[in-house]
Amino acid sequence: MLKYVIRRLLVMIPVLLGVTVLITLLINLSPGDPARAALGAQADAQAVANLRQEIGLDQPVYIRYIEWVAGVLQGDLGTSIVTGEPVNQMIMERLPATLELSIVAIAITFVIALPLGVISAVRQYTWMDTGSMVFAIFWLSMPSFWLGLILILLFSVELGITPISGRSGTIFTVEWLSYLALPAFAIGARRAGLLTRLTRSSMLEIINEEYIRTAKGKGIGGRAVIYTHAMKNAMIPIATLVGLQIPMVLSGSVIIEYVFSWPGIGRLLVDSVSRRDYPVVQGIVLVYAVIVLFANLIVDIAYTQFDPRVTYD
Amino acid sequence: MSSKTNQSILGRLRTSATALRENKVLRRIFRTKTGLIGASITIGLVMVAIFAPEIAPYDPIEQNYGSVNQAPSLSHPFGTDRFGRDIFSRVIYGSRYALGLGVGIVAIQVLIGVPLGLIAGYYGGHIEAAIMRLVDITLAIPGIVLALAIAGMLGGGLVPLIVALAGVGWRGFARLVRGDVKSVMEEEYIEAANAAAVSDVRIMLRHILPNASASIIVYATLTLPSVILQTAALSFLGLGIQAPAPEWGAIIEAGRGQLATEWWISTFPGFAIMIVVIGFNALGDSLRDALDPKQSRPF
Repeated sequence: MLKYVIRRLLVMIPVLLGVTVLITLLINLSPGDPARAALGAQADAQAVANLRQEIGLDQPVYIRYIEWVAGVLQGDLGTSIVTGEPVNQMIMERLPATLELSIVAIAITFVIALPLGVISAVRQYTWMDTGSMVFAIFWLSMPSFWLGLILILLFSVELGITPISGRSGTIFTVEWLSYLALPAFAIGARRAGLLTRLTRSSMLEIINEEYIRTAKGKGIGGRAVIYTHAMKNAMIPIATLVGLQIPMVLSGSVIIEYVFSWPGIGRLLVDSVSRRDYPVVQGIVLVYAVIVLFANLIVDIAYTQFDPRVTYD
Repeated sequence: MSSKTNQSILGRLRTSATALRENKVLRRIFRTKTGLIGASITIGLVMVAIFAPEIAPYDPIEQNYGSVNQAPSLSHPFGTDRFGRDIFSRVIYGSRYALGLGVGIVAIQVLIGVPLGLIAGYYGGHIEAAIMRLVDITLAIPGIVLALAIAGMLGGGLVPLIVALAGVGWRGFARLVRGDVKSVMEEEYIEAANAAAVSDVRIMLRHILPNASASIIVYATLTLPSVILQTAALSFLGLGIQAPAPEWGAIIEAGRGQLATEWWISTFPGFAIMIVVIGFNALGDSLRDALDPKQSRPF
């Protein structure tokens, strides 16, 4: 097991290197001068030239790449060309907000989707099944940013029970929840729609297996079969889904953070992209990649825990 | 009977067999409720996009300061914005962006992803490793993050939007096709074609691609609603189609600042997106059931 984890960590290195190359190419493909963009159209040529030199834009691409990667290896993501702040600090200040939002969104996804998916599989072709599927399609077809606006309109503007935007309050207090609830739901709803469908098909596959019929034939009651035999096996593909949800939820959080002015790295990314603050963009994309790769690793490890048939060596 | 007539009879038989099969697929789609809903919405969208000038009562872009910020009424069913533009007309014209960009971007994804998947699966070895590593690397970055970075760094607008979404979406097709190719590579007819010195390109296009075509069609249909959502999302963030163009995401963004007072501006385009996405999802699901390629949906 330990050997497997170490090997996976080693495989991650070339992928991450690939990500850094991809990011650098992307930044350098962009037309226009980031220094000019940072200082504004009115700035004089000398100031722009100075900034270009200061942030190393006068160097060839490969030198800048090597310097950036060397910095990254020492844990230094560079400095913002707009605010002059260290990128590390900007990201670390905002990362907890993003993680908090994502975790609650994933929790909402599962709390809605697992029961609905299981019920619609067990009661296949009844009104409960149809109802759950209609519900699922409804949520997964909605643009999340629009759902965010509608939630603000309903709960903040009309009913006045939640703040319009931002993040405040200590963890697990009512105030904290009032800020967090709407954005987390806006992310979780679409994911719940997809996950309900996946849970249903995963459960259906298991229910139709022979050993379930055997268990029923032996006289074990329907409910016991579902909860002890079927659920346990249906959990295997669902466990991978938890991991797959992580990049999806992070994707979803970018636009929702923007809608709700949530002070996370998603909103920082949107702001930095529009300000052409490329060191910050580079740093954030890299952080996302690291989170996704580690999430994938954790899923594969969890797989062995749920399914004794799966071993890695 | 001469061999020529034989061939023409065979040819005709083959055409009618294909027609029968296609007919069967269509019939299967229309027989289910999901298929009926999906097909109707899709046909409806195409009609609205084609006949937008006939359906829309007003010009979608022309400003009219005589009717600013009006609530929905008989003359303006979805109300007007702060430039006096009729939201209903703008939503109607928006269907052209959704359909045109959606289909166009998915087509580009297919044109990049399918050949790469074919090549990776067919040649294997280093070529496959290189292509699949590229897929792995891009998969490490969440889709919208990559799309946002590409669109933003290229400066926003129509071309960056297309490049960004095509650049994110091809990998799904590459993976799918590679898997399909791998599953038929061991078949005897591929070996036979190889032995008969048929060229690689011909084998890939004539003997392998048809096996993957059903799953490509289903995957493309199910990718279309995601691309429509992503297009709207990037435009909402100001990095896609820019105002005053009546793109749904851009209309929603424009109404965002007036949400508390003029709620109708952002609300109606959202419903339009929802209906279209439901339609394509339903169509894709029923297509999958009708063609029955064993595969999961993209998500």
